[in-house]
Amino acid sequence: MNKLAPPLDPPEELIVGHTDLSPPYLHASTFSAGTTVYHHTTGSTHREPSSSFDRSSSKLQSDVSMPAEVSSTQRPPSSQELPVSNDVPANNKEERQVDDIFLPAAAGITTMAPPPLSDEWRGTSASLSRRSMGSSSSSRIPRHVTDETAFGSSRRGSRRVSDTRRLSQREDIPDSRFIYINNPDRTNENYTMAGNKVRTSKYTFISFLPRNLFEQFHRYAYIYFLILVILNQIPQLAVFGRFASLIPLILVLVITAIKDGFEDWGRHRSDSRENNRVALVLDHDGQYTYKKWKHIRVGEMVKVHANETVPCDMVLLGTSDPSGVAYVETLNLDGESNLKSRYARQETSNQHPEVGPLTGLIVCKAPDRNIYEFSAFMELPADSQDIQIPLGQNNIILRGCEVKNTSWVVGVVVYAGRETKAMLNSSGAQSKRSKLEHYMNRETGWLVVFLVVICFVGGLGTGLWVAANYDYLDIILYYKKMSSNGGNYLFSGSVGEGIFGFLSCVIRFQIMIPLSLYISMELVRLGQSYFMIRDTEMYDAASNSKFQCRALNINEDLGQIKYLFSDKTGTLTENKMEFHTASIDGVDYSNTKVVIEPATGKIEGSIAPEDSHFVEEILTKQAWKPKVGAKVDPDLVHLLTGRPSTAPRRDTLFDYMLVLVACNTIVPTRVKKTASGQLEMEAVNSMEDGSGFIEYQGESPDEQALVAAAAAYGFTLLERTSANIVVNVLGEVQRYEVLGIHEFDSVRKCMSVVVACPDGMIKLLVKGADSTVLNLIGPGDDENTAERRESAEQLQWQAEVREQTLKHLDKYAREGLRTLVIASRVLTQKEVEDWHFHYAKASTALHDRVGMLRNAAGLVENNLVLLGASGIEDRLQDGVPETIALLREAGIKVWVLTGDKQETAISIGFSCLLLTQDMQQIIINESTIESCRAAIADAKRKYGILPTQKKRKWFSIKHQNSVEASIPTLNDSHYENSANHEEEMERVHRSLALIIDGNSLVHALSKELEQDLFELATACRVVICCRVAPLQKAGIVSLVKRRAREMTLAVGDGANDVSMIQMADVGVGISGQEGRQAVMASDFALGQFRFLKRLLLLHGHWNYQRLAYMVLYNFYRNAVFVMMLFWFILYSAFSPSSALTDWNLIFFSLLYTAVPTIVVGILDKDLSHKTLLQYPQLYTVGQRGETYNQLLFWVTMIDTLWQSLVLFYVPYFVYRVSEVDLYSLGFLFCMAVVIVVNIHLAMDINRWTWIEHAAIWLSTLATFICQLVMDALTIADLLPNHWVSFHMCGELRFWFALLLTVILALLPRFCIKILKQRIWPSDIHIAREVEILGHIRHQSQPSLELHELPPSMANSSPPSAAVSV
Amino acid sequence: MARTHLNDNSPNLLQTPPKIKSNKPKYTKFSQQELAGCKPVMTPTYVMATLMLVGAIFIPIGSISLHAVGGVVEIVKRYEDVCLIIASTLQNITLSTIAQKVNYIQDPTTPKNCTITLTIPHYMKQPVYVYYELQNFYQNHRRYVKSRDDAQLKGKFVTSSSLASCKPEDFLDNYPIVPCGLIAWSFFNDSYVFTLNNVSLPINKTSIAWQSDIKVKFGAQPSNFPNNNINSTNSSTNSWIGGGALNPGVALNHNEDFLVWMRAAALPNFRKLWGRIEQNLYDGDVVTINILNVYNTYSFHGKKKIVLSTSSWIGGKNNFLGCAYLCIGCMCFLLAFSFFLMYRQWPRALGDTSYFSWHNSSQAKICLEHL
Repeated sequence: MNKLAPPLDPPEELIVGHTDLSPPYLHASTFSAGTTVYHHTTGSTHREPSSSFDRSSSKLQSDVSMPAEVSSTQRPPSSQELPVSNDVPANNKEERQVDDIFLPAAAGITTMAPPPLSDEWRGTSASLSRRSMGSSSSSRIPRHVTDETAFGSSRRGSRRVSDTRRLSQREDIPDSRFIYINNPDRTNENYTMAGNKVRTSKYTFISFLPRNLFEQFHRYAYIYFLILVILNQIPQLAVFGRFASLIPLILVLVITAIKDGFEDWGRHRSDSRENNRVALVLDHDGQYTYKKWKHIRVGEMVKVHANETVPCDMVLLGTSDPSGVAYVETLNLDGESNLKSRYARQETSNQHPEVGPLTGLIVCKAPDRNIYEFSAFMELPADSQDIQIPLGQNNIILRGCEVKNTSWVVGVVVYAGRETKAMLNSSGAQSKRSKLEHYMNRETGWLVVFLVVICFVGGLGTGLWVAANYDYLDIILYYKKMSSNGGNYLFSGSVGEGIFGFLSCVIRFQIMIPLSLYISMELVRLGQSYFMIRDTEMYDAASNSKFQCRALNINEDLGQIKYLFSDKTGTLTENKMEFHTASIDGVDYSNTKVVIEPATGKIEGSIAPEDSHFVEEILTKQAWKPKVGAKVDPDLVHLLTGRPSTAPRRDTLFDYMLVLVACNTIVPTRVKKTASGQLEMEAVNSMEDGSGFIEYQGESPDEQALVAAAAAYGFTLLERTSANIVVNVLGEVQRYEVLGIHEFDSVRKCMSVVVACPDGMIKLLVKGADSTVLNLIGPGDDENTAERRESAEQLQWQAEVREQTLKHLDKYAREGLRTLVIASRVLTQKEVEDWHFHYAKASTALHDRVGMLRNAAGLVENNLVLLGASGIEDRLQDGVPETIALLREAGIKVWVLTGDKQETAISIGFSCLLLTQDMQQIIINESTIESCRAAIADAKRKYGILPTQKKRKWFSIKHQNSVEASIPTLNDSHYENSANHEEEMERVHRSLALIIDGNSLVHALSKELEQDLFELATACRVVICCRVAPLQKAGIVSLVKRRAREMTLAVGDGANDVSMIQMADVGVGISGQEGRQAVMASDFALGQFRFLKRLLLLHGHWNYQRLAYMVLYNFYRNAVFVMMLFWFILYSAFSPSSALTDWNLIFFSLLYTAVPTIVVGILDKDLSHKTLLQYPQLYTVGQRGETYNQLLFWVTMIDTLWQSLVLFYVPYFVYRVSEVDLYSLGFLFCMAVVIVVNIHLAMDINRWTWIEHAAIWLSTLATFICQLVMDALTIADLLPNHWVSFHMCGELRFWFALLLTVILALLPRFCIKILKQRIWPSDIHIAREVEILGHIRHQSQPSLELHELPPSMANSSPPSAAVSV
Repeated sequence: MARTHLNDNSPNLLQTPPKIKSNKPKYTKFSQQELAGCKPVMTPTYVMATLMLVGAIFIPIGSISLHAVGGVVEIVKRYEDVCLIIASTLQNITLSTIAQKVNYIQDPTTPKNCTITLTIPHYMKQPVYVYYELQNFYQNHRRYVKSRDDAQLKGKFVTSSSLASCKPEDFLDNYPIVPCGLIAWSFFNDSYVFTLNNVSLPINKTSIAWQSDIKVKFGAQPSNFPNNNINSTNSSTNSWIGGGALNPGVALNHNEDFLVWMRAAALPNFRKLWGRIEQNLYDGDVVTINILNVYNTYSFHGKKKIVLSTSSWIGGKNNFLGCAYLCIGCMCFLLAFSFFLMYRQWPRALGDTSYFSWHNSSQAKICLEHL
């Protein structure tokens, strides 16, 4: 450093202002050694020029160390230290500015041969550059220098003031970050900011094994399995073969590990692809060079060209557009495929950031997940003092966006890598476990308790027996503790034997915990997914996609869904807006049967020959044709193109079309066919001749539809800049000057533009919601309208038009169209001047710009002339209203969460029958927590919604009468128990709709308010959340999931739905047009929303029924077997002995009884497709968990106890004191338990196809054959039981004992089943009766009684009720 | 966009338009879950018919079983205590404690003969089976059941290391025991000599083991059973005595008593076939049995009994099966009848949709109130 000091001899001009600033040149070099020196000098800097900064250098030392603290805690400095820390950036600005001055010059030299960026080189090149500066870059430098000089000198006076102001403003932003534009080193020095490297993979090479194992052992069953394997290694306990017991566990672990590893490898690859993408980054030499994404740092300036993806979150500094506008597609972020405009501030844009570096400081918040919010300010050095520029949502482009329609943008990185909003919004995939499995774990816990109890009995018995016979153990002939070679053989005293007895019982009875169940469940789910995938009715021909089952472990959750969260765009709707009808001048042009496809020159639909001429004329007149066609009304075409202007009021038609074309923010994009036939965007936005297509891009799909419609009528929007609109009006290219745009806002609910027409007239073009625009219609008291007032005829006409238009609007609305009112007005010169004054002031205002613009708009948006109205169809996907109705009938609450505007969301709510006119809408649209709290409380008070009461909830579940599990009650003592009132309340709640927007949700989802919100929302019949960010969607889902403890399903199609999909218990992706992210994150993927009906009501129902039954059955099956074994050890001196051979013990759950339960789990069908769709309420069976609950578990366990007692004691009494040997009795046990268990299953089968028959009877037969084979083989292992089965089969006693056991074991179950079905019939049972018997009674065809009805008969009328036996 | 793409005959594209493979799943009855199947529903008729059928099958089975068992004559005589009393009086020793009893039975020098007399109560048609019955002997104890080596029993030469399963009776003086294991070691060796009315009664002791055991399970190898040696040496090793010795001269599979013993009993009270009396015994016949009471059951309070029994097709004297069948058969008829009453009393229309829970069914409630 010191070596470098001498050459740093600043030129004279610089010294004037910055005598003390030479060392900071070095700041860009390595900081390891330089930092201290640097700050010391900075310290002296302060001491000298300004007495107000009277600090010792030691205090500034703390200044240096301070950032480290900040970085470690990620918190802003405490107030005490604040002045110091705030001073640092200010100081550095000076230094950096000087440094920046030289960088371009240095670049001028180094472009020839870029040497390595070593300290020495930088130093010399800097000095060199300074010497040669006079010639090469003198034109630039002096300007800066003079600026700097002025800045430096004036600053001395204003410094304190500006510092305090800055201080206060910085305090406004909590956890603020300072980003020094084009100074990544400085930026990253103070804070640990994430690099731009992203990592979505779970494991690294080293962490894979431990972490994967750790995750796998989250399944408690595996731990249990492991313990048993370990126990089995102890010689005293070895019940099964030592290594054989290891194999299953190892196999399962290895297979899962391979699967996980493979998945993670895919993530690694996609990460590395992402990280190694390149972007143009401004380097030290002031040139944009390519840099890998992973190396981009916060503070760097990045240039992104058209159609490139933005690598990090960046604040825009400049764009190719002179006005600083840039268009981005945010498909990957919020799922909207239209273009959004973002703006670079003029202050930076004017400094040509594309050419060289900028200086400045951005203060922004710590990274957060809200993609709709960004607030920060930028400090730029200016002539007199630093100017502060507020930055907002419009000034930032986020990672994952694509730049469109703008040839380049330059921005400074503010958030990188995992701190980008896109990455923060992709909450990692959670491993999901089904509700059933969750409950299953609870019951598994009980089984463990049973296991411990019986093993304890076994262990205690062993210990007591040993203690009682302690003295004679060696001469008890069947025990003999002494080995023939002397010494005790496997004997460890009575306590030890007791403990070992306990443990060997655990091993012996280990299948009490049905490990095979986990495998069976996987297989059953696999089979169930096969049926779901192969369902021909869930195939979407449009996208050629069939159902996808991406998660294999939550099939049964589909049968228990209580809340359905749906995205709107692309899920409920097709995301295609279509201009449908126009009402112009009181005439309804809704006969839109002709579709014009300008791109192909096709005209579809019936068209009269005389009209086709006009239509074709439109087509020939367009050089650039719009890519998207639209429906047109031939009459209107006729009127527009009719050469002699036959139409009496053709001007109105033209004005109407002009509004459609001009009054929007649509950007036309030229696309051309390339050689390969692909359409490619023309990067140049110039007005050149040639033929091609125009694609309309814009934020609002409605506007797209309007512009496309106008184009179909011959008014083609060709070009839009901030100053001009170029329109092809029926072949004539016209240029309109845009004087101002009043963008849409939710208060005015309209949008207007002021344009100067080619003929010099200045017009205000307005479109907006009928509620506001209609009020602005008509002549006011303003004297400016004097010329209009003269014509009474005119007034009369206006009134008529108004009346007609209102009629049409009503008609359109009833058809479910989105309506807009179109109006215009000719402005007088005075009005224009007056307006322009206000408008110009407002558009540059720093404070309350929105309000001022609104006022400016109010100046002209009055006395409008009504032109007409338009009706746009937001096409719903097929069958959406029906599906929603059916799902709601099935007790599923459908909530819509959309990123759309509130109005759009509500209108879709109406068109898909979620909302109806008679509903009370609660609209919450607040921006502070207090107002939000008040709004929720108001709504709750108004509609009498009170905290849900647990008791009430339980009550309603018990009675199962109400589809709504929790009906909030009014805590009014008068009405407490009044059924009438309850019904009244329910009626009110059924007609409540909650509409809440994203800003309110920010507060409503906070900890304090979420309970209130939850209560309000669950009381409402419909909930629509609009303008919600992806993570808010997840937040809502999580709220319901946590509070309601009900199953949630989220369905969406875009990347913005990913976190919601991952959060919900079941995530469903719509494999639509909007990318693949939703599908990739989902558990199930559908082609169409309407398939949900089948997915939930049919497959979900079956999956749940099947798996729930299977779980219970498996618990029973293993428990009955274990209990049977347990009773035996009471007769074997508590030794863990078994009459069954080891092979039978192993095969029982693996072979003898495994297939039937899996087959039934996959195939059994309680109710037919038709019945389930006819009675959607049957779905509530799953919601209430009727097929699997604790009561059923305990009933099953009692049955299990009975059956196990029968299974043991019938053979016991039959063979008491007889010559029967161990394995013969074991053979009887084995056959009996297999048959009992299989017939138990057979009794519960709802539909016997040949497969079920085969499974049940063949596996029973297989068991028998297995016994015979094993008894016939002469392998040493099998010799002890040689020939026993043959021997036993020869005895009638055996067969009688078997029959008795089976009948006696199952008789109680049979009777209780009959009683239950008779007296407490479940919904499913009644539906089954209806399905099987209902029709027959009328048609008297008893022969069909036990067979599935042929479809023709099944389609006949529903059965009438009340047919007595 | 797709259309324009296809219309364009660019060289990159094939002449024929690319076939888009449809992903539509093929329709099969199986994959659409529409397989024809029987859907049983428990109508009252079916329920009652099922129960009556079970009753109709069970009652006859019960009756004939009971009848068959009724014809079985069985004489059981416990003797381990009787023989002890006889021995103590004869030799004038006290045998009250277990230790004394064990000492007595393990001492090869003490005389252990005793005689019991049975009177035949009913006519016993031949063959009359002779069983010995042991009580409180846990042949099903895990430690005991495991302690054998079937390969060795089958006659295979077994290396010393593989005899681990025979522990604790695997080696003696570093020689592998043949046959090894606790079961063989505890071989039951009481023997009986029968006289009928003072005439020697021949007992057929062939074919008392299973033919499969003789032919397949056991080999024809001789034994070097340690008890052979122990019997001949001094009494200090008497504590080694478990059960009987095996004649080294006889092939293992011809020692049918041993084969019967090796078939471990399922329950702690069991009988094992000892022989057959192949002549009819008549009411009032006196059978005298001279017992060599050498098998030690005193250490675990094990009872020893001698059993003479005829047999039926349903086995020995055990009424359990017959009674159970009769009871369950009757119960089924009873159940069928009570279901019939129930259906009459509280009829419920099958397939009546008004019972659906969401219909807030009043009928269902009435049905509940009835109960």
